[in-house]
Amino acid sequence: MSRRGGLCSELVHLSEDLKTTPLDALHRELGGRMVAFAGYAMPVQYPTGIMAEHLHCREGAGLFDVSHMGQATLAGPGAIAALEALIPGDIQGLKPGRQRYSLFTTETGGILDDFMVARIGAEELFLVVNAGCKDADFAHVAAHMPAGVSLQRHEDRALLALQGPKAVAVFARFAPGAETMAFMDVRDFEVEGVGRCRVSRSGYTGEDGVEISIPGATAAAFARRILAEPEVAPIGLGARDSLRLEAGLPLYGNDIDTTTSPIEAGLTFAINKRRKMDWNFAGGAVMRDQLDAGPTRKRVGILPDGRAPARAGTEIRDVAGEIIGTITSGGFGPSAGGPIAMGYVRADRAQDGTPIELMVRGRSLPARIVPMPFVPHRYHR
Amino acid sequence: MSQTRYTRDHEWVRLDGNIATIGITHHAQEALGDLVFVELPEPGRDVATSEAVAVVESVKAASDVYAPLNGRVTETNPAIVEDPALVNRDAAGEGWFFRLTLADTAAFDALLDEAAYAAFVDAA
Repeated sequence: MSRRGGLCSELVHLSEDLKTTPLDALHRELGGRMVAFAGYAMPVQYPTGIMAEHLHCREGAGLFDVSHMGQATLAGPGAIAALEALIPGDIQGLKPGRQRYSLFTTETGGILDDFMVARIGAEELFLVVNAGCKDADFAHVAAHMPAGVSLQRHEDRALLALQGPKAVAVFARFAPGAETMAFMDVRDFEVEGVGRCRVSRSGYTGEDGVEISIPGATAAAFARRILAEPEVAPIGLGARDSLRLEAGLPLYGNDIDTTTSPIEAGLTFAINKRRKMDWNFAGGAVMRDQLDAGPTRKRVGILPDGRAPARAGTEIRDVAGEIIGTITSGGFGPSAGGPIAMGYVRADRAQDGTPIELMVRGRSLPARIVPMPFVPHRYHR
Repeated sequence: MSQTRYTRDHEWVRLDGNIATIGITHHAQEALGDLVFVELPEPGRDVATSEAVAVVESVKAASDVYAPLNGRVTETNPAIVEDPALVNRDAAGEGWFFRLTLADTAAFDALLDEAAYAAFVDAA
């Protein structure tokens, strides 16, 4: 039986060697509850709480500090071909001003990280990777580049995400023209008093919105200006997690890692068409064979019948009592109005509608396999 | 006259005769955040001090609630199962969890009084 902590076991003292983002003082001023995340002091929630923050993002606009994530420019002759050896994405076919979701993969077909890559110019790319993986990711990339290619990390830049149905209208007040961007467009804007911002119409909530790479020195002042807009509220990591779970988006380290393949994870779309001709990238042959034979397990959505959340690590059984998988992310979906989860189950039990049992605190709770997302995406395509 | 005492596990215990009413403290509900699920013990169950007897879940995480004393569960609060957020709104009142009938009330006196609990929270 999985053991939980007592009532206040989550409250930990922040060690002093945590890194901070340029918005640290603002988070504290806003009453953010700071926690350690990927080596940074980050707000898990503000005084209104995760539920209110989550719901606000789904109906208005929510501002997230994601400056802990890694940003870098990869540029030089041969950069694209060399990067393509590490990922299943088609970057040659990516037009300047567009970005795509991709994966760093292992030789055995696992996932080192998931990330966004934008085409800035003929030989220039902009990468945004997960905070917990950034040092390893950038070392991995740098180690595989030919002479003459540079990987420049942007540790002096902050990253803000403004998400929700009103996010783009709010942002366009500062960056006129941003409203004409389509989902996954990337464009640079000169924002008065802020400097050059690199903006992508994307996010991690399932909502429309933008991610804004911005000089660290002006980031807090700009965040204050955005927060002064009536539609905007600050959102912490707690609601970021519940929003992405409802959107069916995997979290690296929970739902995908070096032991899960893109095929099993339902990320086959990230293996672009051109790359399926040659499969000439890390783990490509393994993935090709897995796609041919069919994966033995699949990442699926899970909807408990009752009110009890089932957390990561929960064992999944079929109705005959056989163990068929494990939950990798689970909790409460404020917009879904109840518990939701995702996890891996045996491929022959992964069909939508399949009844399953979740082993929670030594009891078996009925649930069903369901399609994801739990809340429809509202991207501006 | 009833008295209220506290545990280091952030529960409050109100004693009326040999009936103890147990809930979680205001501090605990604040630390947990929005509660979305509560599971309570079956009436009739005999519980021992420090035994995990109830569960509270916030959006983020699950936590155990321990029995603060030895006793038999005689009553639980269905209102918080129906509406877990009631614990957030009124942890020390309407948001109570369960009642225990105590065989022996002596252990109650060993629990923290209000000042000692406040000092414990401040030091944490």
